[in-house]
Amino acid sequence: MNAIEAYNITQRYGRVTAVDDVSFSVGEGELFGFIGPDGAGKTTLFRIAATLIIPSGGRITLFGLNVVSNFRELRSQIGYMPGRFSLYHDLTVEENLNFYATIFGTTIKENYHLIEPIYKQIEPFKKRQAGRLSGGMKQKLALSCALIHKPRILILDEPTTGVDAVSRTEFWEILAGLKNEGITIIVSTPYMDEALRCDRIALIQEGKLLGIDTPARIRNSYSRKLYAVSHPDRYRLLLALRSLPQVVSPEPFGDSVHVVLRDDADPAEVKRALEGAGLSGAIIAETVPGIEDVFLELMQKEV
Amino acid sequence: MAFVRKEFLHIFRDVRTLVILFGIPAAQLLIFGYAVRTDLKNASIAVLDNARDNVSNELINKLEASDFFTISNRLDSFDEIDATFKKGKIKAVVVFPAEMSATLTREGHATVSIIADASEPNTASLVTGYTSGIMNDYSATLTKQITSGLPVIIPDVRMYFNPNLESHFMFIPGIITLVLILLSALLTSVSIVREKEFGTMEVLLVSPLKPWQIIVGKVAPYFFLSLFNVIIILLMAWFVFKLPVRGSIALLIAECMLYILMGLSFGILISTIVDKMENAIIITFMGLLLPGLLLSGFIFPIENMPKIYDYVSMIMPPRWFIEIIRPIMIKGAGFEYVWKETLILAGMTLFLIVLSARKFKVRLEENAR
Repeated sequence: MNAIEAYNITQRYGRVTAVDDVSFSVGEGELFGFIGPDGAGKTTLFRIAATLIIPSGGRITLFGLNVVSNFRELRSQIGYMPGRFSLYHDLTVEENLNFYATIFGTTIKENYHLIEPIYKQIEPFKKRQAGRLSGGMKQKLALSCALIHKPRILILDEPTTGVDAVSRTEFWEILAGLKNEGITIIVSTPYMDEALRCDRIALIQEGKLLGIDTPARIRNSYSRKLYAVSHPDRYRLLLALRSLPQVVSPEPFGDSVHVVLRDDADPAEVKRALEGAGLSGAIIAETVPGIEDVFLELMQKEV
Repeated sequence: MAFVRKEFLHIFRDVRTLVILFGIPAAQLLIFGYAVRTDLKNASIAVLDNARDNVSNELINKLEASDFFTISNRLDSFDEIDATFKKGKIKAVVVFPAEMSATLTREGHATVSIIADASEPNTASLVTGYTSGIMNDYSATLTKQITSGLPVIIPDVRMYFNPNLESHFMFIPGIITLVLILLSALLTSVSIVREKEFGTMEVLLVSPLKPWQIIVGKVAPYFFLSLFNVIIILLMAWFVFKLPVRGSIALLIAECMLYILMGLSFGILISTIVDKMENAIIITFMGLLLPGLLLSGFIFPIENMPKIYDYVSMIMPPRWFIEIIRPIMIKGAGFEYVWKETLILAGMTLFLIVLSARKFKVRLEENAR
């Protein structure tokens, strides 16, 4: 049995369609990521999965239980972490955890082993009020609170947004550890680089799924040859590339600019054209497409 | 229950809540009790004595001797009155006619003019009323002396329950009424809406807690704190304003509990329709404070209003509660005198509880499928 089965989920708010005919399934013990920009419909979809919203259309089950009709049985099996860390800012770390443990009918002691690797990092601050924690610590506390009742599935809505890079890396390591405990995890993020950490990912844009697959296969699905062009003056480089007829859709990417060449044009020709435009020393080389490139290509196809 | 404990932690860590909870009732009591008065004490008046005879002197002495007035000015001519009023301190001028005593003996009556500054109509009517009272008293004694033997009707007025017409007899039950509904509705609605704003409500809803458990957990602390407030107000009424409860305290507390329960369910109802704390505060104040103040009979007697307001005030819980606690506190009335109002209030409370429990959602938003 799959952990999640979703069929044709649609959610409308008046004339706006936040989630548009989305179907997917997540296997038990899988770490499944939803990747997409802000406003893509990730939060709405997660709230539907967490039994908080009844969708306008479609059906979704968790472990065979319908999120609409069986929400009572389901609620004790879900660990949900909303986009804004749902902590009581005027309660201390320990009081927050204790409160969430109690309302889910358990104690910190009972499931301490599950949260230990995470919680022991913030335990030195357990007497501090949650509002005074750093973003990374808040995130760990919120995750501990979502885990304290030993849920079968974790629903994490943008857990790494607003958190520093080191804490983000640590967080994904924690998730990998939880996956090994057999907990199914669905997680959403606007950061493309985090997609590589998931077993499978779904790309979502304007409420529609653009594709679902493993990160590797998503990257391989890129249909054309991709080149990375670099030059110290990145701004002039981008302007020059935009004016070249051989170049399709130049996109800045890290230190370089990713480009696709029209009709398999010769990269050497592009290099010469750039030198002619006063950008001598520009380097052009074929590169492996990232999730972002695939995302942009799929978006363009959609339009 | 962990929920109640958590709620108390919120309350005691937030200075603002504590101030609202305990500061406002005490402040209101003192403001209404001392500053806003409808009775008269030491009002400044002036006299223009054209008579300067024994009758006018005696009347002036009587005015001066009463607690109501201080004669702070003696005028010499009629022309000074306008300027005196414009200075603002003098509330009224009492004008005695020339040869008052002689006119009185010759014609059997004399006219004293009371000219009041009616830019403050309430004060003006109070001042003229009290002055006329003193005049009447005096002429009654005169009548007795002069025309002994003739039948005269002398009204002997006694103010039952409140012999000195003290206004805090009226205000204290009113303040309890107002403070209780405001506090209980305001604090519950704000504390529930705060959970929505901080996103913690999402997790509470996902938890196996049933809606009634969330509601009871949120509301119970405020129930006890409001009750505690009642006791503080009653003690203040007793020690500061010398107004003891004449009726049964147990009955009074029981009625207060019912009323608090109603305020709390009002708060829950408000919290189900707003998403922002500011809106909850605005709705509570606009929806409860103003009607509570104006249409409950707290300050303005409902009998004096057009009939339509009377009907509107019938759906205002504060009106019924005032009609319950005023008799209990001041007249010492027992349950047999207030059971009807209690029943109405209980009905309203039940209605509000059912309504707010039905509106309290188990999800973030409901969509018709």
